[in-house]
Amino acid sequence: MIRNPRDIQRYNASERANHWVVGICFILLALSGLAFFHPAFFPLTQLFGSPTWTRILHPYIGVVMAVFFLIMTLRFARLNYIAQRDIEWLKRVGEMVNGDDHNMPEQGKYNGGQKMLFWGLVLGMSLITITGVLMWRSWVTVPVGVIRVASVVHAAAAVFMIGLIIMHVYAAIWTKGTIRAMLYGTVTRAWAKQHHRAWYRQVTGDKR
Amino acid sequence: MALQSLDIKRRSATTTPSPQARETLEVAKLIDVSACIGCKACQAACMEWNDIREEVGTNVGVYDNPNDLTAHQWTVMRFDEVETDDGGLEWLIRKDGCMHCEDPGCLKACPSPGAIIQYSNGIVDFHEENCIGCGYCITGCPFNVPRISKQDGKAYKCTLCSDRVAVGQAPACAKVCPTGAIQFGSKEKMKEYAETRITDLKERGYDNAGLYDPAGVGGTHVMYVLHHADKPALYHNLPKDPTISPTVSLWKGITKPLAMAALGAAALGSLFHYVMKGPNEVSKELEDEMEREDERLRALEKENAK
Repeated sequence: MIRNPRDIQRYNASERANHWVVGICFILLALSGLAFFHPAFFPLTQLFGSPTWTRILHPYIGVVMAVFFLIMTLRFARLNYIAQRDIEWLKRVGEMVNGDDHNMPEQGKYNGGQKMLFWGLVLGMSLITITGVLMWRSWVTVPVGVIRVASVVHAAAAVFMIGLIIMHVYAAIWTKGTIRAMLYGTVTRAWAKQHHRAWYRQVTGDKR
Repeated sequence: MALQSLDIKRRSATTTPSPQARETLEVAKLIDVSACIGCKACQAACMEWNDIREEVGTNVGVYDNPNDLTAHQWTVMRFDEVETDDGGLEWLIRKDGCMHCEDPGCLKACPSPGAIIQYSNGIVDFHEENCIGCGYCITGCPFNVPRISKQDGKAYKCTLCSDRVAVGQAPACAKVCPTGAIQFGSKEKMKEYAETRITDLKERGYDNAGLYDPAGVGGTHVMYVLHHADKPALYHNLPKDPTISPTVSLWKGITKPLAMAALGAAALGSLFHYVMKGPNEVSKELEDEMEREDERLRALEKENAK
């Protein structure tokens, strides 16, 4: 298929690569972390060579993710400032989930839901990175009381983030024509006009 | 099944019951602190029987040697010089090591199936071949006992000589103690023996003498006779009422299955949302509009090319 030259670029190559480094790390961390979270998932340790290898690798993958997530945060933070129209959007999100987006207020590059997800992940990543470092016995020694609290917060932040990512992935699958933005960078004009009309106007100069 | 004396009662990170049909005698080690002379024969016997040697360290000004438990030192005599109310001095010596809790915090915290097990006789044992070295046992332990080896990254602690106990022998430390301060037998027998010791101590003026068998961890299979049972902290900060930390219970308790259920519901909910509501597609109207625009531009281009 030849792509329409009039398609709009949503993400450049560097942004896409950044996103997927974080995404791959997240999947590896979720699989290895779930293995330690509940015995039902312990067999997932076999994906990483052995249970002990899983324990060794998990924190290092975490460091890679933290670094690339920080870069991504700096890239996208400004685009995710919450504005009045986002609050309007969030108030009406029920209608949208129900399949009717006719009354949704016009959105910029990101809608209210995406912005909430962004800040939720920033919060989750901050908590999970700090507590993860505190639990990393190979390198870090802190009082056991601190490790106990860190362990609870780490597990809670992990569940919170996996929940957000399930939403994130589903929203991308549900909204047709979205995933290509993160795969090769462009979206169709129709997609942009439907889902992010203010952004569409801004990048095309189309006043309608 | 394994030796009856090593029947497994509980296993870490295992959600189904372990074999429970057979019941063996509950054992216990009783350490009579009042009869201990601090000779460290128990430490030597432990090293010898278990073939472990801690590297020679440096003196830090106390008799404790080495000065902490390590992966190679599963028991350490703790020496405390305590000033009494009337200005006298008491030298309190406690043999430190795993308490073999009936409700073990290490086992509760361990994420690796079968790395920590509890035998039906009450001994809590680490099976290092299943240990992944995460250190959660240390996080869970109310007595700060397990240690991760710098050599192999596995956790180690006192086994209560489970290998000796399995064949009807007393632990090495109990066997070697020259004053009889370390006794070993059934938990019932040890409690009875402790009573006689406590009566004796009370007669000698230790009004607060008593047995340390803390209920907060379901009782322990290593118990102390203390002359000051009202102040266990005197004995190198032995906790007065040890329990598995509520934080650890929250971390390892009911919240986990609930969290799993919530994530499962989110994933399944997404699938059913898609199936029942359908995808969020770009409207035909908008697509047609863009197509007309495309065609107009193409026509314009052709016109210009002429």
